[in-house]
Amino acid sequence: MSLDKEKIKHVAKLARISVDEAKVDSLTKDLNSIFKFIEQLNELNTDKVKPLTSILNQSLRSRKDEISDGKIREKILKNSPKKNEEFFVVPKVVE
Amino acid sequence: MSNITNQSLSKILESIKSKKISSLELTQAYIKNIENAKKLNAFVTTTFDQALENAKKFDNKPNNEQLLSGVPLAVKDLFCTENIKTTAGSNILNNFVPSYESTVTKNLWNNGAFLLGKLNCDEFAMGSSNETSFFGNVINPIGDHLVPGGSSGGSSSALAADLTPATIGTDTGGSIRQPASFTGTVGLKPTYGLCSRWGIVAFASSLDQAGPMTKTVNDCSIMLEAMSGFDEKDSTSINKKKETYSKNLKDNIKGLKIGIPKEYRVDNMPKEIDELWEKGKKILKDLGAQLIDISLPHTKYALPTYYIVAPAEASSNLARYDGVRYGYRSQKGKDLIEMYENTRSEGFGDEVKRRILIGTYVLSSGYYDAYYLKAQKVRQLIKKDFDDSFTKVDAILTPSTPSSAFKIGEKTNDPVSMYLNDIFTVPVNLAGLPALSLPAGSDKKGYPLGLQLIGKALDEQKILNIGYAFEKNCGYKNEVKKWWS
Repeated sequence: MSLDKEKIKHVAKLARISVDEAKVDSLTKDLNSIFKFIEQLNELNTDKVKPLTSILNQSLRSRKDEISDGKIREKILKNSPKKNEEFFVVPKVVE
Repeated sequence: MSNITNQSLSKILESIKSKKISSLELTQAYIKNIENAKKLNAFVTTTFDQALENAKKFDNKPNNEQLLSGVPLAVKDLFCTENIKTTAGSNILNNFVPSYESTVTKNLWNNGAFLLGKLNCDEFAMGSSNETSFFGNVINPIGDHLVPGGSSGGSSSALAADLTPATIGTDTGGSIRQPASFTGTVGLKPTYGLCSRWGIVAFASSLDQAGPMTKTVNDCSIMLEAMSGFDEKDSTSINKKKETYSKNLKDNIKGLKIGIPKEYRVDNMPKEIDELWEKGKKILKDLGAQLIDISLPHTKYALPTYYIVAPAEASSNLARYDGVRYGYRSQKGKDLIEMYENTRSEGFGDEVKRRILIGTYVLSSGYYDAYYLKAQKVRQLIKKDFDDSFTKVDAILTPSTPSSAFKIGEKTNDPVSMYLNDIFTVPVNLAGLPALSLPAGSDKKGYPLGLQLIGKALDEQKILNIGYAFEKNCGYKNEVKKWWS
């Protein structure tokens, strides 16, 4: 299958990345060559194969549900591009 | 000792222990080298003042009982370092200063080492040439027009240029082994789960694994011992007894069975790679190993599988860069959604955006089964190929890369040709296995070439032993002319 420009713009919207109109053509070309490469997998019949979801021979550990960390608000806010004393600040969401 | 910096890590450790050199003198020698090697662009950040302080502290109260006593180390800028900027080679993290330390780097410091600086890498470790970094491409010390490999290109360049006695990288599809091969150094991707992923900027979480890059196999075993170990904070960390790889290093490989997979002889592979592989086989055979022809029939599907699985995981992992909690935020846009879109568009480079889009697409409604589920199934077949082979052999020998270091700019316009560089390294990540790249010779241009030893899961000791025996008998030593200083 091939990806057209509209599809790519839609995927970019889903990924929350604005795409420069001038770059859409080259992006379309690149992504189509990558998908052509990826689609070699269609040569294989995998009807009876179980998907691999973990390469470890162990199941995920569980731990006690107890608080082991916290009271680090300052550290968490430290790298925020915009904040007040207690919160991350974002552009207005609700009118 | 003016030439201390071209010694192996183990020699340097001996010199410190026997007080032939102080930690401060050693650190000053590396700082001098780094300042003279700015042309290579291997460093994103240097931490000289802090390193000198740590060196003095060590000299005042030396503790030589540790694995890495008094040694300064530069590390890939993908490892979060407390209060030291950590960029992952990206504009979007250009101002990020972690308030915590990655487990792997913490392990190094707990073993007596200290930080010298942060090394350039492909943006979010996505690349095979270190050309996708926001901080510019890194130069291979082998030649001023050559890429150092990627994504751990700053690491391979700094190591080969004597700017750090050893280093660490991360390997999602070959990002330790390919740059090691391109610079004539040793690189190990450990078994998935052996080294903690906690505090490493995530790319593709089911494939990412940190590992050592060093000048010798012995150095590699020392570094692996220092950095590995169970970590509560990584849900896929393997809980097992810690091994003493360096103490157990042995060069007797008599009777070991080495698999030679026929699928690794690919179309258009330079004759020199084939000859190198033959040379490697002969060395191991002469040492008493038994060569066994094997087949890994799904090898050619590894790269297409990887280019579904890795971008899918990356698109999910990189969703966190939203310009709200940390990192870059665009000032453009009239509402929250536009702020997200502009932040991510301005913050990420082209290759990262491409992979996020691929990943978003293969995970999107209506395409998931055709791409992502299909890739998970093929990944199972690739893993089974290795499982079957390892019932017959102890380790597998292959070339590390299909070519030597290529020219800067040579492959940047064709993503697929860039991806093909990882054709021999990617299958190992998909199967979660350990693999060691060893300098083994050079091509007719004099550029280094590597051979790869693949082991069973958690069989690092065996491939290190084979590598150790190989290194002693290979007779190849990569000499780097310091043209930049």
